[in-house]
Amino acid sequence: MRLVAPETVTFTQSGFCPGCGHGLAVRLIAEVMEEMGLSEKLLAVVDVACGSLNIDSWRFDTVMAAHGRPVATAVGIKKVRPENPVLAYIGDGAAYSIGMAETMHTALRNDNVVTVVINNSLYGMTGGQCAPTSLPGQITTSTPRGKDPEKMGMPFRVEQAFTGFDIAYLARGTMADAKGMIQCKKYIKKAFEKHMKGEGFCLVELLSPCPTNLNMTPVKSMEHLKNEMEKYFPLGEFKDKKEEE
Amino acid sequence: MGKEKVYTNPVRCKGCGYCINACPQEAIKESGHVNAKGYNTVEVDAEKCVVCGMCYRVCPDYVFEIR
Amino acid sequence: MGKVLFKGNEALAEAALAAGCRFYSGYPITPQTEILEYLSWRMEDVGGVFIQAESELAGVNMVLGASAAGARALTTSAGPGFSLKQEGISYLVAADLPAVIVDVMRIGTGLGDIAQGQGDYWQLTRGGGHGDYHTLVLAPASVQENADLMVEAFDLAEKYRHPVLIASDAAIGQMIEAVEIPEFREHDIDKYDWSIKGCKKGCEQRKIQNVYYTHPDYENYLREKYDDMERDEQRYENIQVEDAELVLVAYGISSRVCRETVELAREEGLKLGLIRPITLWPFPVKAFEEAKNAKAFLTVEMNILGQMTDDVRLATGGKYPVDHFGSIFEIPESDGIIAKAKEMLKKEGV
Repeated sequence: MRLVAPETVTFTQSGFCPGCGHGLAVRLIAEVMEEMGLSEKLLAVVDVACGSLNIDSWRFDTVMAAHGRPVATAVGIKKVRPENPVLAYIGDGAAYSIGMAETMHTALRNDNVVTVVINNSLYGMTGGQCAPTSLPGQITTSTPRGKDPEKMGMPFRVEQAFTGFDIAYLARGTMADAKGMIQCKKYIKKAFEKHMKGEGFCLVELLSPCPTNLNMTPVKSMEHLKNEMEKYFPLGEFKDKKEEE
Repeated sequence: MGKEKVYTNPVRCKGCGYCINACPQEAIKESGHVNAKGYNTVEVDAEKCVVCGMCYRVCPDYVFEIR
Repeated sequence: MGKVLFKGNEALAEAALAAGCRFYSGYPITPQTEILEYLSWRMEDVGGVFIQAESELAGVNMVLGASAAGARALTTSAGPGFSLKQEGISYLVAADLPAVIVDVMRIGTGLGDIAQGQGDYWQLTRGGGHGDYHTLVLAPASVQENADLMVEAFDLAEKYRHPVLIASDAAIGQMIEAVEIPEFREHDIDKYDWSIKGCKKGCEQRKIQNVYYTHPDYENYLREKYDDMERDEQRYENIQVEDAELVLVAYGISSRVCRETVELAREEGLKLGLIRPITLWPFPVKAFEEAKNAKAFLTVEMNILGQMTDDVRLATGGKYPVDHFGSIFEIPESDGIIAKAKEMLKKEGV
């Protein structure tokens, strides 16, 4: 067993906070690209938030798109370069709030792009405000008394909204522990396999720790993922078009 | 099997402690050293380590290599 | 190919294809919708990509992706929809990405209405979105120019790695004239080193992002880029300006009226001339050097606030009276313009 981070991961530029899930997701994607022989082909789009630091954390050709628009930008890229794998890497705020229209219509058209959504249940880059994915009662910098679902709704669950679309793949994994990481990687790999076969829109959501904005130690934030977030966000594959047929 | 070892690169470590938590052998602990970025780093007890790779998998900063 | 009859909007669309554009994403809004409708079938004919996007925001951000991937990409809109394009335009500028964005201007603020207007001058020429930038702005005044300037727009966008805007309007877009479509050209999406195509091992990673993150001398780079555009890209047409006592300044649909106004005025001995800016930014300051006998300048625009008058004052160093003949519901007519010109010249003792 040899475990060495792929060469496409840069080590010196990672500006993420201690315990941040982005570093994990970057490695998983890089590993999948290496295993599939796609490292020299991937065209990535990142959002402007914390995930934008990926542009310096990996060596894939990358576009930093406007907040909430990476999925639309990825569609533009894929249409021009249909032979290349194209990834939109975004947070839950971009995917399910400001960019909801883009995410949803890309799913509606079943456009052939892979979207990886990092769900950390808050807005990380701006300092931990309430997101559509924030848990009931969650203390954030914009819900200092706790998120009130009466006012702000229950956490947005992509599988409830998107399984009705004719998309290729939809799955959610957790990065709370090594077992979850292995599963997350399988989901990402499956998404790219379907993508390369031209099956259409693939979305993989990864539950991810944000110790800084959860005001927790990194280890506590992982426990929070396991004990709290996983209660609201079921894990597994929700849509797997070819298998269903 | 048998030949591989865990190598650590403390320069990259940010002291999150995920590896300490994930190691089934309790082979990882704080080293007591601080790296150039100011983070507490970790060290692996080679005697206890069974080279399972859990540390590699949970580390967000690519500190571990198994080779 | 010879001349064929074309609707303004459709000539614009066809010329984009001639310029090698193979990517379009847009959203319906009157009076630009014919561009989208035309390309919905015509783009397929030439093997390009047509996307009816879910919104103007998605449309312009798809264009951003297509441009980053090396394509000649186009999006079009009008009025309220054009406001939504501003997000993407600002990002295109920031990342040094070429693209062409068309505003088929309609009247009014807010929803306004679907008839022709020239109320977007400020938005088009002052940057429009957030941040510290200009875009090149081309203003066609005929169906032929809709076609010619579309090709020019793509070439300029490529030359400067910068978005170029086309300021058309509902009248030019809806009218039908004989037009010669420029010759078809192919565009190679791999011609640029900077466009994303996959990073080979050992090669430098391509990053399409805000240029200032990585440029070693960004401030001077920016100054020089805009200086170059201002110096080299002023385009205009001067009509009987040299001996004119009063010079009209008008672009687009208004300039077509003014062309006639100059003739009519001269028939009755009133020496009018016309400066027709073809680039709205950079504003064609050079055109004013010819106006040696002018006592006053009058802009004719389809807006009430006289949006172009500031630029005329700056171009003439504030030395001459500058006034504005404006209308929004109807295209200005020569009688009114001549009456206003006489009134201005009387004040100047002519």
